[in-house]
Amino acid sequence: MHIVVCLKQVLDPEITPKYFKIDPDTNRPENSDTDLVLDSFAENALELAIQLRDKVPGATVTALCLGDEESEEVLRRALAFTANAAVRVWDEEWENLDGQAVGHILAQTITSLGGAQLVLTGYQASDIEEGLVGPVMAEELGIPCVTLVSELEVEENSAKATVEVEGGYAVVSVPTPAVFTIISSETNVPRLPKVKDIRLARSKPINLLESEDLNLDRECCQPGVKLERAYLLNREVACEVLPGDDGAELASELADRLLALKIL
Amino acid sequence: MTRILVFANQQGDSLSSGAKEALAFGRRLASSTGGEVRSVTLGPFAEAGAREAIASGASIAYTISNPLLAEYDVELFVNSIHTVFEQSGADILILSFDKIGKDLVGRLATRAGASAITEVVDYTANSDKVSWIRPIYGDKAFGEYSTTRQKVVVGIRQKSQDVNVPVETSKGEIIEVDYAPSEEMIVTKLVVKIQAALSDISLEDARIIISGGRGLGGPEGFTELQVLANLLGGTVGASRAACDAGWVPSNLQVGQTGAVVAPDLYIAVGISGASQHLAGITNAKTVVAINTDPEAPIFKRANIGVVADYKSVIQALTEKLKKVLV
Ligand SMILES: Cc1cc2nc3c(=O)[nH]c(=O)nc-3n(C[C@H](O)[C@H](O)[C@H](O)COP(=O)(O)OP(=O)(O)OC[C@H]3O[C@@H](n4cnc5c(N)ncnc54)[C@H](O)[C@@H]3O)c2cc1C
Repeated sequence: MHIVVCLKQVLDPEITPKYFKIDPDTNRPENSDTDLVLDSFAENALELAIQLRDKVPGATVTALCLGDEESEEVLRRALAFTANAAVRVWDEEWENLDGQAVGHILAQTITSLGGAQLVLTGYQASDIEEGLVGPVMAEELGIPCVTLVSELEVEENSAKATVEVEGGYAVVSVPTPAVFTIISSETNVPRLPKVKDIRLARSKPINLLESEDLNLDRECCQPGVKLERAYLLNREVACEVLPGDDGAELASELADRLLALKIL
Repeated sequence: MTRILVFANQQGDSLSSGAKEALAFGRRLASSTGGEVRSVTLGPFAEAGAREAIASGASIAYTISNPLLAEYDVELFVNSIHTVFEQSGADILILSFDKIGKDLVGRLATRAGASAITEVVDYTANSDKVSWIRPIYGDKAFGEYSTTRQKVVVGIRQKSQDVNVPVETSKGEIIEVDYAPSEEMIVTKLVVKIQAALSDISLEDARIIISGGRGLGGPEGFTELQVLANLLGGTVGASRAACDAGWVPSNLQVGQTGAVVAPDLYIAVGISGASQHLAGITNAKTVVAINTDPEAPIFKRANIGVVADYKSVIQALTEKLKKVLV
């Protein structure tokens, strides 16, 4: 069984808002190269992929990332998680790709890798948060897609997925191959890689594919949306900080305020 | 003139809240672009949905009343909506980016050769040119997007739109579309559906929410919050950090990837105020923050701040309010 997990490198979402600035010339975050990490839902997908691989004899995991050389960091992380192989796909010409273009390129990359029984990816990346790559890949590959998946069980020619639905969750069964977009749950908390595996990961090969290696549709590699302008949100309000440091007194003061405001 | 098609999903025989938002967005867009709104409803109650959509401003309401469409199925819905999108000649297809929309937007756009834009909260329109506005970078910023293809599929962020009051006397035409989805198209089979164990009051409807974060240090702190919430007739929420730690179930998560809430009072206890958390409380009226760190970003969103260890505050607060309220 071949499992492909698609990973994205993103600006650290936990960056303190105070330090978050948009460069008006590029419409991108300033210093965005200083704090790059593996996207958090993609990391959940990676963890789940490794868990599934370990349950199925003979299964392999290929970590796949569309990105420049810098993004090999996330593939090294995947290798440290004990992914079997790592593939990076990139072309200098690719600029400002959107989720649809990325979905097209990743789908073609998976095809050129000989396909996969399971394709896993984060449900949306924490930078632009489009949530399009999974469904677009599925449409391109002509296979089913299950979104918002927290748990996954594989059978011979199908998979059972636990998914978030309105008002609760559901378990669905789909024939494989299929695409799954993953959310965080108690069962896919990313592992802490072993020191030995981190060391081994440094020397493992990363296979590079470029556009001429793939059967791409030029039109589909063009982004369908263009970011014209980005600006910061300012939702700051004037906060009245209650004076003092005695918890009980503060509590009493707070209660009085809330009662005076007629909220309670 | 722009022709706008809205997929109006239903819950039972009435429109879902997401559908109402999508229709309201479509209506607003149509009035600034000089366009017209049409709707599509699916399933055995499609006609009732169509009438509701007309009351909300649709001039033509397409229906596919097939009983196979009673329950959501991704393939059937993609095929059906795509058929109507083609037939209607619309340039813009609007859907709620709710759990179903998250499944549909990418597939429909790819199938139609359209641009796709998700989590849209607003737009700007200059003559015929529309730019779409959506939050980016975990709600730290806004992005304004143009599209490059002739058609576009738009996913509206949940809880971002004021819905219209339906006007029952509105006139519109209902057109039953000649399209029959078949059993063979279904590939995703539902095994079981489980209703989340909700507390008495759902987060979305609560007037008072007391949320705990990593600063609570463990699940025990939530018991204290629950006591206070019970006293005030409110309910308990949580940050993602507290949910990920397994202290409370994930359906209590408030934020960008959790529940979007709009209570009269939101008390954030031991929550730092990451942008992704704040995304869930944009419409909260009064926000109180209890946090040991005076520099925590939550104080930039809070109306009232208490800089203290929550342990010394919550119990005292509960005691005092018990005396006053009970
Ligand atoms: C893709 C993505 C989506 C996300 N979606 C969401 C979401 O929907 N909702 C969400 O909440 N987060 C979300 N997050 C996570 C978010 O970025 C933050 O990591 C999270 O909100 C932090 O939770 P926290 O404030 O409880 O913890 P922390 O940031 O660790 O803050 C804990 C706070 O508690 C205070 N504290 C410590 N001890 C005490 C004490 N004894 N008394 C009082 N205060 C104390 C500290 O000063 C600190 O401010 C998302 C992240 C990503 C990447």
